Amino acid sequence: MNVTVKTPATVVHRPTAHDSAAKHVSGNADYVDDLKSPDGTLHAYLGLSQRAHAKVKRLDLSKVWQAPGVVAVLTSADVPGVNDISPVGKHDDPIFSDSEVQFFGQPMFAVVAHTRDQARRAAKLAEVDYEDLPAALSIDEAIAAGSELVTEPLTLKRGDVEAGMKGAPHVLSGEMVIGGQEHFYLEGHVAMAIPGEDEDVTVFSSTQHPSEVQHMVAHALGVKSASVTVNIRRMGGGFGGKETQANLFAAVAAIAAKHTGQAVKIRPDRDDDMTATGKRHDFKATYKVGFDDNGKIHAVDATFAANAGFSADLSGPVSDRALFHADNAYFFPAVHLNSLPLKTNTVSNTAFRGFGGPQGLIGGERMIEEIAYALGMDPLDVRKANFYGIGERNVTPYHQEVTDNIVARLVEDLEQSSDYRARRQTIIDFNARGGVIRKGIALTPVKFGISFTATWYNQAGALVHVYRDGSVHLNHGGTEMGQGLNIKVAQVVADEFGLTLDDVKITATNTDKVPNTSATAASSGSDLNAMAAADACRQIKSRLAEYVAEKYGEPASDVTFENGAVMLRNHHLDWQTIVSEAYMARIHLSAAGYYKTPGIHWDRNKGQGRPFYYFAYGASVSEVSIDTLTGEYQVDRVDILHDVGKSLNPAVDLGQVEGGFIQGMGWLTTEELKWNDKGMLTTHAPSTYKIPLASDVPRVFNVRLAEWSENVERTIRRSKAVGEPPLMLAVSVVEALSMAVASVANYKVCPRLNTPVTPERVLMAVTRLSAEGPSE
Amino acid sequence: MNGIAVSTAINGDDIEFLCRPEETLLTVLRDRLGLMGAKEGCGTGDCGACSVRVDGRLVCSCLVLGAEVQGQVVETIEGMASGDSLHPLQEKFLEHAALQCGICTPGFLMAAKDLLERNPDPSEEEIRFGLAGNLCRCTGYDKIVRAVQDAAQVMRGDAA
Ligand code: FES
Ligand code: FES
Repeated sequence: MNVTVKTPATVVHRPTAHDSAAKHVSGNADYVDDLKSPDGTLHAYLGLSQRAHAKVKRLDLSKVWQAPGVVAVLTSADVPGVNDISPVGKHDDPIFSDSEVQFFGQPMFAVVAHTRDQARRAAKLAEVDYEDLPAALSIDEAIAAGSELVTEPLTLKRGDVEAGMKGAPHVLSGEMVIGGQEHFYLEGHVAMAIPGEDEDVTVFSSTQHPSEVQHMVAHALGVKSASVTVNIRRMGGGFGGKETQANLFAAVAAIAAKHTGQAVKIRPDRDDDMTATGKRHDFKATYKVGFDDNGKIHAVDATFAANAGFSADLSGPVSDRALFHADNAYFFPAVHLNSLPLKTNTVSNTAFRGFGGPQGLIGGERMIEEIAYALGMDPLDVRKANFYGIGERNVTPYHQEVTDNIVARLVEDLEQSSDYRARRQTIIDFNARGGVIRKGIALTPVKFGISFTATWYNQAGALVHVYRDGSVHLNHGGTEMGQGLNIKVAQVVADEFGLTLDDVKITATNTDKVPNTSATAASSGSDLNAMAAADACRQIKSRLAEYVAEKYGEPASDVTFENGAVMLRNHHLDWQTIVSEAYMARIHLSAAGYYKTPGIHWDRNKGQGRPFYYFAYGASVSEVSIDTLTGEYQVDRVDILHDVGKSLNPAVDLGQVEGGFIQGMGWLTTEELKWNDKGMLTTHAPSTYKIPLASDVPRVFNVRLAEWSENVERTIRRSKAVGEPPLMLAVSVVEALSMAVASVANYKVCPRLNTPVTPERVLMAVTRLSAEGPSE
Repeated sequence: MNGIAVSTAINGDDIEFLCRPEETLLTVLRDRLGLMGAKEGCGTGDCGACSVRVDGRLVCSCLVLGAEVQGQVVETIEGMASGDSLHPLQEKFLEHAALQCGICTPGFLMAAKDLLERNPDPSEEEIRFGLAGNLCRCTGYDKIVRAVQDAAQVMRGDAA
């Protein structure tokens, strides 16, 4: 869908340009690294471990100290507070390693020098004697070594799985390896700390979670949170990679700043950023599914093992979310799901758009695909046979009822608009000619649960000031990483007051304005923060309404705010005039807004509750061509229909859908993380780690929002969250590739492609199926 | 500082600066001249975020030494608009919502400007491959390609 944006538009539900777009195109938008730093700012750089798991026998930093420009070298002994930044309070995430290193690339010390270049060169001069310890570098190695789990596993169960399997005419089992993913936010991690008086420090941090950075910095410095202020105006992408991973850089900058009494900035090189910070978890799903001749599922038993890395970080909730999405849009009459968050000696894996959901979902979809190949059915028919019902067959493995189900309508709509059936037939006919090029097509749905499963995270605050000249200052706890959160919240605020976007000033997220905020994550940014901002607006409006009502002796309930005016019966009062009059009448023109998501609860021990406020839906059709001699392929056409409820801003939402799909396609096709046998990440730069390019993406890319959809819950203007769900639309690319591969064995064998489905994997699967499968 | 004295013209202004021999043009632009529009995405010539033009050639400023631009003409994103009026490419990026976090945008605009000067009427494939040296992690590229197509049309003076 093509949209043209006009700036500024006045209300919600209109395509409106990103608030910073004019600055972006002029090169004037300031990211943390672009901020003017104080005179004398020093630069820090990390020294990283060169072993995956070892005792540190000797750490000699004398050459580092002697290097030109070096002002300080900091180790764990120089951390004034606690040497830990575990975001979940497990105390397993040191800022600097101590007597033991637990992954290749773990920060051991930091150098502070006059220039970044000096610090970077000096960091290479450490002399370290290691004594290697056994290292588990993968899920398989961790299972073989009986590795511990970084956190308690989760079990979800409903119904009698054993009886379900027994009663099922068919049972099959298999496994799927699901690769991880590097965030590759184009702006790498960066932080600048400026020491203040007493214990104060101000940190500019490229973070999705300023409140957590604040608490971690306070903890590391051994000071109260009230002494630490964290500020972020915008990030150059986050995708989950800056939810907890910014803590390290902020803490190091702050420690160094307090240590030296100077402002300190830290920005790792891209290679170090990729080596030292966590990624999307790779998973191994093991499944057993019982089903009947119509493809209807009777029972599912599956385990999702996750490579957590060396510490817990967010691996608990990530692997939980994998289980929450293993059902995708399908009803499992009897189900047993287990998570296995395994400790390994790799970087600690973390949040990444979808937060485990994508890995669970693609594991679930693999079962559907297996059933389709086993029965010789179109996978779409297997999907339809298993969709959640309306009012029946609607209980999830976590015992939440699906009450807003639109998957059947959405899929039907897309099936028609994409001409799926006819195109599938054409492709089958094309493949039947037996050429070198084979094609595939697949339609896959997405159902994604919206809310943090950590229920207490589902709260937000905002601060709105109206100044005497009528201008509005907007602040909220969410962070802007390109997703258009600020423009959406500003649209809501402008609309509440009946003003234009020009009247609303968006300001940097700052922990001294709105405290105790949640991470901008779980797609929840606008759901939570726009509601909190609307609450603040309503408080101010009600005070103004009372003032106006009293002035004219009319009821306050009749006052409205429209078109830059406050209206009451036949009185049409200019906004600016009323605001300045209200000030003179001593009306309070500032308000702190607050919102918490209603109705959600979750009992992890029981595996039961209503963790999600609502679900967002989507579906996509992908068509691909593969070269059976080389494994190379291209994605020829993609059609997407996605549900964002009643869109707050269709231009922003379409951008999220398109970008999410392509990022998902990268995850599942070209983005392959490789570690060598020493545990060193060898794909640590864009030269070896391949994210999609303009030349890689589908030439035909038809993206629509389901305009008929409206959130049944009372969310902000009936919209739905959009950040994460579209990523999983890319599962259709994998299944289309799978169909193209399966054609060489007449669609009798499920190719069981592991991800990422690189050309090498396609070629190996073609070779395997040609050898094993029934001939054409 | 002992440095190399370099005279150059940046966005039409004559500029002189001192830099160390190993300093990249990107570092000079950002840290010495305060031109923050070019960004470092990788530092190894693989992402295009640092794209500028030197003597009419599109370069990754992270791979060019500051000292190399002696006597040459440098164009950066900061010089793309003329005064208050945006370049058609900038206009079209706004209109097509061809950006999200915006950190890749200066690089894309420089690369697109370079492409359209060399080839005013590129096919979609030529645009896609012409911009393949620039990474964007947010948008999925479709809107960027449309914006460039649309700008090309405007710049050619075709009926828009
Ligand atoms: S920073 Fe120069 S190409 Fe990436
Ligand atoms: S808009 Fe974020 S990298 Fe392109």
